[in-house]
Amino acid sequence: MSPVEPKLSRRGLGRLGAAAATLAAVGAVRAATNEAAAQPSGGVIKVGILHSLSGTMAISETTLKDVMLMLIEQQNKKGGLLGKKLEAVVVDPASNWPLFAEKARQLISVDKCAATFGCWTSVSRKSVLPVFEELNSILFYPVQYEGQECSRNVFYTGAAPNQQAIPAVDYLMNENGVKRWVLAGTDYVYPRTTNQILEAYLKTKGVAADDIMINYTPFGHSDWQNIVASIKKFGTAGKKTAVVSTINGDANVPFYKELGNQGVKATDIPVVAFSVGEEELAGIDTKPLVGHLAAWNYFESVDNPDNKAFIDSWKTFTKNPKRTTNDPMEAHYIGFNMWVKGVEKAGTTDADAVIDALIGVSVPNLSGGYSAMMPNHHITKPVLIGEIQGDGQFNIVSQTPGLLVAQEWSPYVADTKDLIGDWRAPLRCGAFNVKTGTCTAGKKA
Amino acid sequence: MLRLPAWLMLVLLVLAPLSARAQETDDAYAALAGSAGIPSAAGFDSVRRGVEQLATSGDPRAAVVIGALQAGQLYARADRALFIKQPDGSFVDARSGAPAPDAAGLRPVRLNNAVRSAIDAALGSLRLFAPDAATRLAAAEAVFKSHDPAALPALTRALAKESDAAVKTRMQQARAAALLSSGDASEADRLAAVAMLRARGDIDARGFLASLSGQPQSVATAAAAAITAIDRQLQLWSILQSVYYGISLGSVLLLAAAGLAITFGVMGVINMAHGEMVMIGAYTTFVVQQLMRAYLPGIYAINLLLAIPLAFLVAGAIGVLVERTLIRWLYGRPLETLLATWGLSLVLQQAVRSIFGANNRDVDTPWWMSGATQLGGLTLTWNRMYIVLFAVLVLAALMAALRYTPLGLRMRAVTQNRRMAAAMGIRTPWIDALTFGLGSGVAGMAGVALSQIDNVSPNLGQGYIIDSFMVVVFGGVGNLWGTMLGALTLGIVNKFLEPVAGAVLGKIVVLVLLILFIQRRPRGMFPLKGRAVET
Repeated sequence: MSPVEPKLSRRGLGRLGAAAATLAAVGAVRAATNEAAAQPSGGVIKVGILHSLSGTMAISETTLKDVMLMLIEQQNKKGGLLGKKLEAVVVDPASNWPLFAEKARQLISVDKCAATFGCWTSVSRKSVLPVFEELNSILFYPVQYEGQECSRNVFYTGAAPNQQAIPAVDYLMNENGVKRWVLAGTDYVYPRTTNQILEAYLKTKGVAADDIMINYTPFGHSDWQNIVASIKKFGTAGKKTAVVSTINGDANVPFYKELGNQGVKATDIPVVAFSVGEEELAGIDTKPLVGHLAAWNYFESVDNPDNKAFIDSWKTFTKNPKRTTNDPMEAHYIGFNMWVKGVEKAGTTDADAVIDALIGVSVPNLSGGYSAMMPNHHITKPVLIGEIQGDGQFNIVSQTPGLLVAQEWSPYVADTKDLIGDWRAPLRCGAFNVKTGTCTAGKKA
Repeated sequence: MLRLPAWLMLVLLVLAPLSARAQETDDAYAALAGSAGIPSAAGFDSVRRGVEQLATSGDPRAAVVIGALQAGQLYARADRALFIKQPDGSFVDARSGAPAPDAAGLRPVRLNNAVRSAIDAALGSLRLFAPDAATRLAAAEAVFKSHDPAALPALTRALAKESDAAVKTRMQQARAAALLSSGDASEADRLAAVAMLRARGDIDARGFLASLSGQPQSVATAAAAAITAIDRQLQLWSILQSVYYGISLGSVLLLAAAGLAITFGVMGVINMAHGEMVMIGAYTTFVVQQLMRAYLPGIYAINLLLAIPLAFLVAGAIGVLVERTLIRWLYGRPLETLLATWGLSLVLQQAVRSIFGANNRDVDTPWWMSGATQLGGLTLTWNRMYIVLFAVLVLAALMAALRYTPLGLRMRAVTQNRRMAAAMGIRTPWIDALTFGLGSGVAGMAGVALSQIDNVSPNLGQGYIIDSFMVVVFGGVGNLWGTMLGALTLGIVNKFLEPVAGAVLGKIVVLVLLILFIQRRPRGMFPLKGRAVET
């Protein structure tokens, strides 16, 4: 398309350039909503989808929008919910954190959505949190995160640190005998909090402060030469060394390319990542990276009939046989099915009734088992450790025997070690201090 | 009658170790099948043991089987029989090498890092006698990494036969490492081994020496001294290494900024969509690779060489189009240009996102750009070296084009004195369009280089736009030499600050320093002099 129509007054052009971009984004959203709104019926239940379709986070979040549309379509084919059709309301917060809050407000007050599925980064979640609490609506958050939060209006279907980071560190410690740790992350809230928890955890395991190196880089960092070199150097102290990477999305590709080029092999210094999934690897040649690890609660390579059916329907829905599936998609799959069950149990979409009904709901996950919604609004999950293979998929090398219950407040951080969240009847508190017996953060948590 | 028992005894004597050996090999093969199916720590352990046993069993097919395991081509049946998948998709029996047409229900034998290390070590000692010197060198290095005392006899035999000097040194180092790890070497041997590793002097030697424990006092002291000596040496190299990193970062900045030096530096257009031209160049590379893979697989290896001119043409054409439809209405109005081009950058990003999708695209790195080479204590990665070279070539070509071609002459004439140039019969609007196209085209070529080190995603350009402006302003607007020196200075300063201050703070410090510098010298390092500046 040509960037601008030819016959325009000179003065209007400056503003028009910016306006055109917004128009393009809005157009895309319209197309998505119209499709779902086309069927008339005895009433509809609206479901909000709050994922960035433009800007930096579009790379990760667009897929989640698509998987939600697929799940809603499937539910409608099964006859909808409570005899009504589900209707998706897609908005584009454009990777812009304050815009997340605005769009959330619109979804709840204007579109009257019964529940919203959305957000990726912790910043965006923190930005919409007050809106969901103020307007008393429900958010399903599908991404692994740093914990230290427990809101009545949010259901966290991604992993808390003890469901991802800590089992991964345990695996390296026990299976690979790692004694020296590099904690490398992007400079924002998730890596900083996770590394704080990990550092405290490693110290309880007897790791000396000298054997921990912490390194932060800006978003989208692309020149990793001397950081990789310093990791190599850190690994020459005669102890087995590993890198725990909380490096976010886009910066991973140049990081892994540099690792490959500088010859850091997984057998020498393994890198275990918490934000690298099938989607991120789709942009790199993974042959030099074979053996580096990732910890998730789901991998596309999980071998069971449920997962196969999910992958098949995903490829049919997207009409693309090469589309990969990943962990946050599974979280939405679980979250959506939980919400459906919760609404059926409550017999209404009223937020208060559904929030109470959701606790205790249990649905199949795709890793072969059932996930249950716990009183702390987090779900039980198995933890899988996978090694990167030459074809960009993960080879699962370890799986926790049972399911892990999320620790929303980390026991390794001094401020939060006595806190628990429990939204069941008598307690109804997101941050209850078991030592003092008081609800420290009120109902707001 | 007496002869029979003796004969029997002989047979038994020969057979006893043989059958023990065969038993061992059987065990090894059975153990190798351990990790097919559901992953478990015990399964991987079994495979690791299998690899170690097989490597020492003397089985003639050991190297083939372990090699297949490394390549992920080893499959196991439920009864633990092993098969190797051939390149044509058929299977052969791993044990005998005979074709196995009835192979069914096979699962691949899985690897983890512990198994992979065992494979490296096993293949290392098995390949010490390979006919190819490069293979022997890699094998010796693998043995050095595993420093397994069990490899000592093989190393001693290999050393006696070795004729290649480089391989011999590597083998001696491997032997030194294995000696130090073994329980029964003499103190003198150990001291000699430490000296050998001290002479090697790289970070691997340092890492190995630091991991030693339980050595006699004199050896421990020698090892500590060796570590100090190696550290001192590495310190010197690390300064050179930082300079290299700086030059390489500088060359990336230079590539990204070279086009902007034309559009902003020469023409004075604040082009916020410059980064998107870079991004379009990177996507052109992606498309070229896709098309060549489909239609011209024979010459696929040179895809980047083909992508460079195409990226120049595509980005250049878009640049001309943008100038004709948008920029030319806005000359002399910097604020409106800024807003319009910023909007344009969003439009281009979203357009690419709609066409190619929001995900990263996989751009191949050709084999000659992968990996690194060692120069003394310096690690030089090939992709960065080619980018440095490419940046120099692009800059040289750009300067030559401006100085020696008729078009360059006209460009300079128009930017220096538009009305005089027009009076001399130059079609100034056309020259404006071509100049903008040239700047955009150069940005497109930068995109080809950046596709090798960064994400090919719609956001690619955003990461470089600020840096590009910084380089151009710092170097001195309108001066290509200034752009080059500006890029190199920023690159090197950045790389020296990063280890001290961290990547985040380092960037901030560079920005603050730059602001202070611009305060003192608003026209940058190499300001243009003369009448053109005043008008």
